[in-house]
Amino acid sequence: MIAFFIKRLAQAIVVMFVISIISFSIQDNLGDPLREMVGQSVSEAERQELRNELGLNDPFLVQYGRFVKNALQGDLGTSYFFKEPALDVILGKLPATLELVFGASLIIVFLSVPLGVYSAINPHSWFSRAVMGFSIIGISVPVFLTAIGLIYLFSIELGWMPSFGRGDTQPMFWGWESGFFTWDGIAHLILPCISLASIMLPLFIRLIRAEMMEVLQSEYVKSAWAKGLNPRRIYFLHALKNTMLPVITVGGVQIGTMVAYTILTETVFQWPGMGFLFLEAINRVDTPLIVAYLIVVGAIFVITNTIVDLIYGLVNPTVNLAGKK
Amino acid sequence: MTNQNQTPASKMPEVETVPTAWQRFKDTHIWNSFIKDRVAQISLTIFMGYVIMALFAPVIAPFDPYDPTQMDIMNSELPPSWDEEMGEEQFWLGTDAQGRDLWSTILYGTRISLTIGICAVLLQATIGIIVGLIAGYRGGRVDSILMRFADVQLSFSTMMVAIVVLAIFQASFGTELYQDLAMVMLILVIGIAEWPQYARTIRASVLAEKKKEYIDAARVMGLGQIRIMFRHILPNTLSPILVISTVQVANAIISEASLSFLGLGMPVSQPSLGSLISSGFEYIFSGAWWITVIPGVVLVVLVLVMNLLGDWLRDVLNPKLYKG
Repeated sequence: MIAFFIKRLAQAIVVMFVISIISFSIQDNLGDPLREMVGQSVSEAERQELRNELGLNDPFLVQYGRFVKNALQGDLGTSYFFKEPALDVILGKLPATLELVFGASLIIVFLSVPLGVYSAINPHSWFSRAVMGFSIIGISVPVFLTAIGLIYLFSIELGWMPSFGRGDTQPMFWGWESGFFTWDGIAHLILPCISLASIMLPLFIRLIRAEMMEVLQSEYVKSAWAKGLNPRRIYFLHALKNTMLPVITVGGVQIGTMVAYTILTETVFQWPGMGFLFLEAINRVDTPLIVAYLIVVGAIFVITNTIVDLIYGLVNPTVNLAGKK
Repeated sequence: MTNQNQTPASKMPEVETVPTAWQRFKDTHIWNSFIKDRVAQISLTIFMGYVIMALFAPVIAPFDPYDPTQMDIMNSELPPSWDEEMGEEQFWLGTDAQGRDLWSTILYGTRISLTIGICAVLLQATIGIIVGLIAGYRGGRVDSILMRFADVQLSFSTMMVAIVVLAIFQASFGTELYQDLAMVMLILVIGIAEWPQYARTIRASVLAEKKKEYIDAARVMGLGQIRIMFRHILPNTLSPILVISTVQVANAIISEASLSFLGLGMPVSQPSLGSLISSGFEYIFSGAWWITVIPGVVLVVLVLVMNLLGDWLRDVLNPKLYKG
């Protein structure tokens, strides 16, 4: 177990190292920070002075060393636009994005498991067919179209839901402002969460259905039937356990994917999260902010993947944790 | 479907001749299940319709959306022609915000979306097939290094990689140069980001094929490794390739549309379906729904029929697909 843990940790560090190199070469080559900071009227001599002051004329390795040293201390530079530490700006927007992902995950978990299991148990009922039909349509509709459709229907035509922003938020610990505790906040969360969930929900329903159908064919389920066990016990205790194993692995990867899709949902709903901030930073060529976003998101990917691998190793006794043959 | 009319002919007693390729095809499992499956027939018909629209866009389209002299700002945001009050006969689907005929723009947009989707998947398939064949056939250390690479690549979602790469290119090239290169960049990024899908599937089938006797026979005959890989193993891995390719083209089209929606894809002057939807989104609040909705429906139907075809192929060919 410990060997497996160390191996995973080493891999995570290597990946983070690669991300840091990529991020730094972006910072080194992308755009001209001076153009963003000062106007047209500043003279060439003053520009040079500012360049030296910012250390932009130092050699590559010196700059990379400084970058890593600062990054390890949590300093990823100062955003050119906000004039604040880039990491603080990103982390300030992180809760909004995480709440979006959390809300969407809730929808996915509470809908995909019952629907997937039901359509695996009764593959020929009209309801299962409807679920499968819905899921293939769901896969085919891009997330931004779902979002636009929801806005058009519920915000413009019916006027039930707000179409942009987070609404009222409740201050929590450590500056975390949550939208889950006010009615207005929840109303603002519903449409973005549904559109974010819409991209993953069909995938999970299909995956759970396929895995469950396979498990129901296996010998141990047949022997459970032969023993005359309660059907509910067979489906939800014996079969569901083995169904969820592959679902966990895929689920872990998909959490990372959801972070990517938040960029799309946040753009449509003008949700003040990391993804929206990232696109703004791109348009302003706000390099420190871009770099900070890459590192934070890279860390989220690496952490979720590592945790999922560890959980998978713990719940699945057939995985060879130590990697011995 | 014209093909349906020919089915009774196959039941007629045949004169002793060498069966042609077409006759042999009619006996295959894939053809038999196709003539029974209504959904597959409809999907294929619609898909062929799209391909014809894309191929003959310059002939079908009444206007040339790339020609600024045919654009008149006075014609902008006209609703479809079935709208009695505002619509004009010559623009049957209305016009977009720049006064372009929406029908012509959609035809050209479909052409761009399909081109990017197919080219990106060709690139994915090429990289994935080569890597998968080598990893599966050589095995050992080569295999584990290549597959580790694929794992890392897969753990970062395609969308994330594509957004970051394209955003950085756009920021460093400047918007104008970027717009000229947008199509190539989209193909490259979507093509490179998804190769592990192919590599893993091919590797799995190669591992299964490698143990079979015809490979031993080929090796005993002294054939080279490359020949065995590409001429003997590859043809036997075609059914999984076919199944994932259909779904991958659909995915690539969605990715392209999403990237264009974010403003990282095709420019408004040369819109794909995604950038058309994106340009319409600004006007949806003022009631000009058709600029968003019509290209949206065109896009969803295209992706839907490809997914349905992919599902059908998966059921018919039933290859051993790699599971995540």
